[in-house]
Amino acid sequence: MTEELPRLIITGIMTGSIYGLLAMGLTLQYGVCQVLNISHGEFVMLGAMLTWTVSASFGISPLLAVAIVGPLLFVIGFLLQITLFKTLKARTPSPPVFEGSALLVAFGLFYVISFVARISWGSRSFLNTVLTDRVSFLGTSFALNQIIACVIAVALGVAVYLFLSRTRLGRAIRATAEDPATAGLMGVNTSMILAFCFGLGTMLAGIGGILISWRTSINTQIGFSNTVIALVVVVLGGLGSVPGSFIAGILIGIVSRLVSGFWESVLIVPVYYAILMILLLVKPTGLLGKR
Amino acid sequence: MDITRLFTTHRKLLVVGFVLFILIFLATFPLYGNAYYIRLLTTILMYTVLAVSWAMFSGTTGYMSLATAAFFGVGVMAMAFLQKTLPFPVVIVIGGLLSSALAFLIGLVTLRLRGIYFAIFTFGFVMFIGQTAYYIDSHILGNVWGHQIILMDPGMLHYMMLGLAVVTLLTIYFIRRSRYGLALLSIGGNEEAAEHMGINTTMTKVILFTISSFFMGAAGALMAPAIVYVESRIAFNVFNSFMPILMAIFGGMGQFYGPVIGAAVFGYLDRTLRVELSEYFMLVFGIILVMVILFLPNGITGLIQSLQNTRPIAKLLHRGKEEQHANT
Repeated sequence: MTEELPRLIITGIMTGSIYGLLAMGLTLQYGVCQVLNISHGEFVMLGAMLTWTVSASFGISPLLAVAIVGPLLFVIGFLLQITLFKTLKARTPSPPVFEGSALLVAFGLFYVISFVARISWGSRSFLNTVLTDRVSFLGTSFALNQIIACVIAVALGVAVYLFLSRTRLGRAIRATAEDPATAGLMGVNTSMILAFCFGLGTMLAGIGGILISWRTSINTQIGFSNTVIALVVVVLGGLGSVPGSFIAGILIGIVSRLVSGFWESVLIVPVYYAILMILLLVKPTGLLGKR
Repeated sequence: MDITRLFTTHRKLLVVGFVLFILIFLATFPLYGNAYYIRLLTTILMYTVLAVSWAMFSGTTGYMSLATAAFFGVGVMAMAFLQKTLPFPVVIVIGGLLSSALAFLIGLVTLRLRGIYFAIFTFGFVMFIGQTAYYIDSHILGNVWGHQIILMDPGMLHYMMLGLAVVTLLTIYFIRRSRYGLALLSIGGNEEAAEHMGINTTMTKVILFTISSFFMGAAGALMAPAIVYVESRIAFNVFNSFMPILMAIFGGMGQFYGPVIGAAVFGYLDRTLRVELSEYFMLVFGIILVMVILFLPNGITGLIQSLQNTRPIAKLLHRGKEEQHANT
């Protein structure tokens, strides 16, 4: 039992880095665009399924799919914000009303996307794993794809964090998140920033999906559970906090591996909930949240 | 004697007459209607209970509860487990009470926080309770194949659902008119101001959330015989959380009867579209949801009101009112 522990923790960190990526996308969308995107998991699913299509019909390696599927999902998110959510924002009287309506619109989107996916891919599972060779690492063996996925996820996480904190565009994004009206007056094109952030969010979700598809079999129903994971992670990390959500993602990943390793994998979500409940009672703002 | 005059002077009588007419129609329908339509009406009544009780709490306060499916499912599971040991009406009450107890706990944990936390928590809660119920049911109790519910006469079921709907509507009608209703409205308007006025906002929210979920649980218990075969993943379908919201928004939450209109329209669509469109139903539901929120944020009743303020007929109506006012 105890010799299992290090292996479980390391696989937990590997799974968790992908959760962190998803949660980062969600927290960007909520923190900047005020859209709590309940269809977030569907973009994870789209990323995974599109990777399968790209590699099955065009013969492109799933490893290179990131370069095609990622930008494609960015464009989808960009267009969604600039058409749907921008219109909605113009039509709602106050920010709290917009938050509620956007959540419901996102749920409508969830239905539309999962329907379209089910029509185009059916409901069977696809296996599209790559780099399945085992690598010995810290005394135990891991699949190479898992390690590479983890490295990519962490690198992307750090890149997004540096982008937000160091670049000019990143500063504009933070200003928009803080106070859109003032940012607009300072010459920031806020509607472009919002669309960019939403696109970035869907892209991160999609890349998360691609990384998942390297490792396990995928189907069109994987979206919903990923949405719930991303939501739990985002609340745990503090709504709107980008580094917080990444750290919380890794924590949740470790917890999920430990629960399935020592207990029952059906109980993963109940355990998430126990954690969430305790956290909301003790520190409602999350690990690194401000408000 | 013009018709607008009739409408303005005897408005109350007309409303009472209309409500009585609908009640009589619903009460006598099983005597001559066929089984399909009886079930359709039962479904509409169930959605009425869900939509009205959702709107009572979430519509007025702005705290969006996405846990309707959880409470509904608790009712369904209560019926699945207790139907053999206890009489039917008792199980309905137990289903409601169990849901209330859950709602009370959720409320205590989350209703002190900003509304968005409440929405996230309740959204995931449906999945949480579904998985937990599945685990307990299949791993601990060993019911891997779910539960068979004892069938009931559709007419009987219809009467019980009608009874529940009437009780729900009356309770919520009186809550809306009571101090609690006003407190809820003021929380929705400006929570901080409400608190300064001496309203214990957290307690008010928790109590009314608890009451509203009682009806959801009872509706679930009552609907279980219509589902026939119950499994935790069917009982806790997240769709049941969003359908009442769509209905309430479509009907309009400014008026007490708004959600009822929504429930009638979408209850009918739910039954018929599911049969005719099968898989496309999901697409249609998604698109309708987005469209309603974009173009009908105040619902049908809100639309009618805003039309009344602009259209010539409405002006006529108003003139009638003024004349009546002048005459008295």
